[in-house]
Amino acid sequence: MTLSLNVQDIALKKGHKLLVSNVNLTATSGDAISLTGANGVGKTTFLRCLAGFTPPHRGSIQLVENDSQLDGVSIIENYSHYLGHAEALNPARRVDQELQFHCDYLGGTDLSLREAIARLRLGALLDLETRMLSAGQRKRVSLARLLMVPRPIWLLDEVLSPLDIAHRALMVDIMQAHLSGGGIMVCAVHDPLPFDTRALHLTRPSLEEIGNA
Amino acid sequence: MLKASLALLKRDIGLSWSRGGGPILAVGFYLTLMAMIPLSLGPETQVLARVAPGLTWLSLALASLLSLERLFERDYEDGLFDILRGGKLPLEAIALIKCLAQWIGTGLILALLTPMVMIILGAPVEAAGLSLVAAVLGSLSFALIGGVGASLSLGSRKGGVLIALLVLPFYVPPVIFGAGLMQAYLTGAPITQALGLLGAYSLFALALCPIATGAALRSALN
Repeated sequence: MTLSLNVQDIALKKGHKLLVSNVNLTATSGDAISLTGANGVGKTTFLRCLAGFTPPHRGSIQLVENDSQLDGVSIIENYSHYLGHAEALNPARRVDQELQFHCDYLGGTDLSLREAIARLRLGALLDLETRMLSAGQRKRVSLARLLMVPRPIWLLDEVLSPLDIAHRALMVDIMQAHLSGGGIMVCAVHDPLPFDTRALHLTRPSLEEIGNA
Repeated sequence: MLKASLALLKRDIGLSWSRGGGPILAVGFYLTLMAMIPLSLGPETQVLARVAPGLTWLSLALASLLSLERLFERDYEDGLFDILRGGKLPLEAIALIKCLAQWIGTGLILALLTPMVMIILGAPVEAAGLSLVAAVLGSLSFALIGGVGASLSLGSRKGGVLIALLVLPFYVPPVIFGAGLMQAYLTGAPITQALGLLGAYSLFALALCPIATGAALRSALN
C-alpha cells in the first residue's frame, strides 16, 4: 500500500490573522518532513490543519491511497496520529489507566499495549499518577499511542524536545522503523532530526499576501 | 465503537470520584441546603410538608449545577479532545457519553437521596417510590441540558456563573413537572399528566442535547 498526502497551496488563518500562505507539500510512503520556522509562525496550526481539526482558509489537503483519491475521509480518524504539546494525561489517573484508555478508545489490542510499554520502557511508571511524572516521562507516555495503534501518518509537534539523550535515540529508531514500514511523518522541529528528512520551512507571509487574503 | 464508548464512560465515571470528589461535594451541598430549610421556615410540620416537594426539586436543580463546570473544561485544557477526535466516535456521541457519566456519577446519587430528603421534611413515606422515579428522570434531563451549557461556556474564564445563567431557565420545566407531580400525588389528583410531561422532557433532552453539545464542542475546538 502506498499512501500520499498532497497539500496544495493552503493558507492558514488564526482568528483574522493570516499565518502562512502558499504552502505546498507532497509526502508519500517513507517520507519524513521536518517542519521548521520561527516561534508563532504557524507550525502547530499547520499540523492541526493536516489532521483535519481545523479547515484551511484556502487550498486543499488530499490523501491518495494506491492511486485512488480518498475524498471526504477524516485523516485524523483513520490515518493519522496527532501529538501536540498537551499530553492529554489527567493528573488524577495512573499511567496504566491512561494507557489502557488510549488503547481501548483508539482501537488497540492488549498485545499492542504491552509491546508499546516494553518498547518505550514505561514499565516502571505504570502505577504512578500522571501528576508525578516529569515532562519527558509524560511525553513518553503520550508517545505510546503511536505504537499501540498503527496508523500511517504521524503528525508530531516537537516531540523530541523534552526527552533525554537515550530516549531521543530510541524515538529516532522508532521513527525510522515507521518510515521504512511505509509510514509518513511530518514533524515540527527546532533541532534537525538525525536522519534524512525533507525540509519544509514556514515563513511569515509578505505584506502583499496579507493584503490579498 | 462500543469498546471506545465503554472505555470513555468508564474513564469519566472513575474520574468523577477522583476529581476532587464531585459527587460528594454535590451531595454535601444538597443535604446542607435541605437542612437549612427547617431552620429558615420554622419547624411546623404542616408548613414543611406543604413546601417539601417544591424545595426538594429546587435544591436538586441547584446541586446538579455544581460540577458542570468541570464536565469538559479539564479535558479541553489537557488536550484530551485531540485524542477523542482521533477515534471513531463523533463529537455528538462523545458529548452524550460524557453527560451520561456526569449523570451516573452525580445526578443519580442525588436522585437516590431525594426520597429520603423529602420524607425527612415531612412528605409521607408512600411517596418515596414515585419521588425516586421522578428524580431519576429529572436528574437525567439536568445532566443533558447542563452539558449544553458547559460546552457553550467552554474556554471562557469564570464559566461557572455563565453555565448557571444559560442552564437554569431550561431547568424550569422539570422543576415544575417534578414538584407538580408530588403535589398532585399528595392531594390525590391524577399523576399521569405530570409524570408523562417529565418523561417527555427527559426524552427530548436525550434526543436533542447531544446534538447541540456536539455542535458547541466543535465550534469551541476549531
